[in-house]
Amino acid sequence: MAAVEVENLSVHYGSLRAVDDVSFAAAFGEVTAVLGPNGAGKTSTIETCEGFRRPTSGTVRVLGLDPWTDRTTLHREVGVMLQDGGVYPSARVGETVAQFCRLYDRGASATDLLVRVGLTERANATWRRLSGGEKQRLSLALALAARPRVAFLDEPTSGVDVNGRDDVRAIIRELAGEGCAVLLATHELDEAERLADRVVLFNRGRIVANSTLANLRSARTTVRFRSALTLDTEALARHIGLDVTANGDEFIVTFSSPDSSMASDLVSRISVWLGSNSLPLHDLNVGGERLEDIFRMLTKDQEP
Amino acid sequence: MSPLTAQVGAELSLVRRNGEQLLVTLGIPLLLLGFFGTVDILPTDTNEPVDFLVPGILALAVMSTSMVSLGIATGFERSYLVLKRLAATPLGTGRLIAAKTIAVVCVETVQMVLLATLGVAIGWTPQSANWLLALVAIIAGTFAFAGIGLTLAGNLRGEVNLAASNGLYLVLLLLGGVLFPIDRLPTFLQAVGRATPTHALGDVLADALMSTGTHTATSWVVLLAWAVVMPAIAARTFRWN
Repeated sequence: MAAVEVENLSVHYGSLRAVDDVSFAAAFGEVTAVLGPNGAGKTSTIETCEGFRRPTSGTVRVLGLDPWTDRTTLHREVGVMLQDGGVYPSARVGETVAQFCRLYDRGASATDLLVRVGLTERANATWRRLSGGEKQRLSLALALAARPRVAFLDEPTSGVDVNGRDDVRAIIRELAGEGCAVLLATHELDEAERLADRVVLFNRGRIVANSTLANLRSARTTVRFRSALTLDTEALARHIGLDVTANGDEFIVTFSSPDSSMASDLVSRISVWLGSNSLPLHDLNVGGERLEDIFRMLTKDQEP
Repeated sequence: MSPLTAQVGAELSLVRRNGEQLLVTLGIPLLLLGFFGTVDILPTDTNEPVDFLVPGILALAVMSTSMVSLGIATGFERSYLVLKRLAATPLGTGRLIAAKTIAVVCVETVQMVLLATLGVAIGWTPQSANWLLALVAIIAGTFAFAGIGLTLAGNLRGEVNLAASNGLYLVLLLLGGVLFPIDRLPTFLQAVGRATPTHALGDVLADALMSTGTHTATSWVVLLAWAVVMPAIAARTFRWN
């Protein structure tokens, strides 16, 4: 049994189809990144999995339960981190964590949680006195209070400084390592690339990619290089028979082929063509496609 | 510790920390009773203003706690997504409402004790008081005012709810016959005043605590109607986030 199973889910708001017939699953012990531009349907999907919304059609099972009808039972084993808020401004950090730990039969130790998220020294501070990063850490602590088997984390590193991000990432990896299914909703592709085992990419209410990160990246190969801004991309494209995209003085050629020799052949042809046109070749790089490139390609009709 | 106990602790902690709400729930009723109970400047049409004032001020205290304080705190909890966050725990709606109810009852108990003590200290003498009837009236009043407060809280933004709750508090204070007999109002406002839960609660409390002998059947009907209708409207229209 998968931790989260979504089958043919649709969520409509009047005539707006926010989520349109999507299916995916998230496994225990894995981090599943749910990505997509604003309005792509990821929040509606996650909120349906959390039990906040009723599906218009289709089924959702979390730990084998219907999140809408079995909400209270389900929430004993699920951790939820909201993107913003969730705590009264005058509430103190230590008291809030202790309160949430007591809401669960087998809740975590408040002291341990504060240590884990690095807020022990801020236990007496009120929510309104916390920095953006500290607020995110507290929200994460509240999600962990349940000792969750499934955790829904919405933008967990948003507003967190560089060192703090490393800590949050380490906690998320630990969670997955303990067997928890982590669903990570984020706009930060770098975050997803660092953490995710699987990526579910939404666009216009539909899933346009659903695979392990490794499979997504290995499905297409990218050749990147730098040259002169005067490089005629159309001429090069005609020469190699593939599209060439330019980003300043960086040029990118992407292709799908199971044959690894194609990359070296392509590099050779590009190199010769540049030489014959008296154009420089710098920073040549051949590898799997970056998540950012995949995101752009699959959602190019909608900005992130 | 059970989830309910944990949530009651959190609710009471919130009440303690929101000083401005404590001012409304405890300070204003005590101040009004203490001042107007000793300075005879209100047209209470009685020899002892305190005898007129205590039942109405008790009604005012119930309104302060269960409508203004509960409503404003809940409205801001909704705005700050606290309710949404709690909805993702095993607490459940039932225990959340129970925790808020217990917190309101705790505050009301403190209010009643303080107001009754102050009243007696400045000369209030309950006559053949029917305490059980007074308790039933206070419970009905709590339902009525909590229904109004939660209806506002569940439908308005936090700041708008704050203004609306305080504005309504003032209107009900003036129209409810708390500080002066409702007969002193212009005729067209008397009917409005008699239809308010504040006047209805004050009237039945006056009869229960002071044996005023007034015919309170209409006030009971008004009070119970508010107590049934407003929680139903709140339950039907409340939006959690």
